[in-house]
Amino acid sequence: MAVLEVKNIEKHFGDTKVLNDISFSLERGSALAIIGSSGSGKTTLLRCLNFLEKPDGGEIFVNGEKIFDAGDTSKLSEKELRARRLHFGLVFQNFNLFPQYTALQNVTLAEELFKKEEEGYAAGNKEYRKAELKKVQQHGMELLEKMGLAERANHYPHQLSGGQQQRVAIARALALNPDILLFDEPTSALDPELTGEVLKVIRSLADQHTTMIIVTHEMAFARDVADSVIFMDGGYIIEQGPAKEVIENPKMERTKQFLSHYNE
Amino acid sequence: MQKFLEQWPTVFNALNIGFLQTLKLFAVTLIGALPLGLLICFGTMSKIKPVSMILKLVVWVVRGTPLMIQLLIIYYFPGLIFGTSIWGSGEAGRFTASAVAFVFNYACYFSEIYRGGIAAVPIGQREAGLVLGMTKKQIFGRITLLQMIKRIVPPISNEVITLVKDTSLARIIALQEIIWAGQSFLKGSHGIAGEIWPLFFTAIYYLLFTGVLTILLGKLEKKLEFFR
Ligand SMILES: Nc1ncnc2c1ncn2[C@@H]1O[C@H](COP(=O)(O)OP(=O)(O)OP(=O)(O)O)[C@@H](O)[C@H]1O
Ligand SMILES: [Mg+2]
Repeated sequence: MAVLEVKNIEKHFGDTKVLNDISFSLERGSALAIIGSSGSGKTTLLRCLNFLEKPDGGEIFVNGEKIFDAGDTSKLSEKELRARRLHFGLVFQNFNLFPQYTALQNVTLAEELFKKEEEGYAAGNKEYRKAELKKVQQHGMELLEKMGLAERANHYPHQLSGGQQQRVAIARALALNPDILLFDEPTSALDPELTGEVLKVIRSLADQHTTMIIVTHEMAFARDVADSVIFMDGGYIIEQGPAKEVIENPKMERTKQFLSHYNE
Repeated sequence: MQKFLEQWPTVFNALNIGFLQTLKLFAVTLIGALPLGLLICFGTMSKIKPVSMILKLVVWVVRGTPLMIQLLIIYYFPGLIFGTSIWGSGEAGRFTASAVAFVFNYACYFSEIYRGGIAAVPIGQREAGLVLGMTKKQIFGRITLLQMIKRIVPPISNEVITLVKDTSLARIIALQEIIWAGQSFLKGSHGIAGEIWPLFFTAIYYLLFTGVLTILLGKLEKKLEFFR
């Protein structure tokens, strides 16, 4: 069954229509790459998925549950909105790590806050609470280890390279076990020599069948790592299909044109 | 020299008492204006248009007029309308009126500094918090606040130093702060009259106090240097 199903999403800012009739679905454990030129609406699409932007039309389903319906005008409580957001983890182009927290604290902050909201936590005694928080710390350390950053756990973001910062951001996005991990051009703010280490981490996540959507300009990476690809232009999905097929043998004229810029 | 040594204990004592009043006004102003400024700041950013408009107007008026005039209006105006002063009589009344004027005036300045501090925190920080399922309150308390504090410490420090010297404006409604105390020896007090040096001497108090504050505030700034 599809983890994610997006149906006829529309979005405009003022008079400009940024997303037109966007529909696609994503299977559990698969990776989807979104490609397209600047301004084609890729970022806006990701932001619509986790409610940083509110779509003007369409529906979104996660695990068969309708989490968004533009026709439904009833207002969600903050709590409900938060819960729905957590289906997604988002890795930003420019990391957005919290500068006043160490790498480990960045990863554990949200999980710790949720832990403290649990009824059992509030009711528990001191030892229990301590043990629970310790578990959160351990989970954070595991994630950093997975990113190859165990020795950097107590570094502040400004003490880390861009590639390391982005890997911390990936660990942070994984901390709450989202159903779907979203990447918005995860390497485009990095120096070329640092993109490799981040792409390697994303590749290993794909190998472990993490469900992901990756907006990227790295065509070779999209072809090799993603299962399927969507090409967007001017707010429309122009072409979608298996990654290898779309990138090596695009059918649409505009896709061909776009991809030709990358084959020089 | 002989005369100076004779006068010194009396003058020193009177200046100390005056300085205590200066300190009190300084402390009350900070304790009141730092949080009130944040409230005004949130108010000016409010989505409720009338609230933000009125508060912006108030801030503009307060920042655009001299504190000395605000002191005079706050102290005398209620008396002109109600016939009796609402501040009570004597030094206590003058202190209350001064405190109200100072708290209000400084809160308006602080609110603008806070606004700049909040605006300077990148929008991505808030969004990163939202995406992690944090509430608005958690985002402010856990993410925005400290970054904002780091950015506002230098401008707030400047205001704090200015406040030390501004307290002397309360002299205009005869609050018995250190300038008033120094001046009293010019007009005649404790058997000393026609002496200007006690008034000049008050400068030493201000200098020492601002010196200590500069060091403390510098330390605070250093403390926040652990992140960028
Ligand atoms: N908050 C906003 N207000 C108005 N217009 C916006 C806003 N955000 C995005 N847009 C517009 O929407 C269009 C799509 O932007 P979007 O950022 O989604 O493109 P993108 O495909 O991610 O581009 P890039 O590759 O440069 O990141 C652009 O024309 C952009 O100017
Ligand atoms: Mg983008």
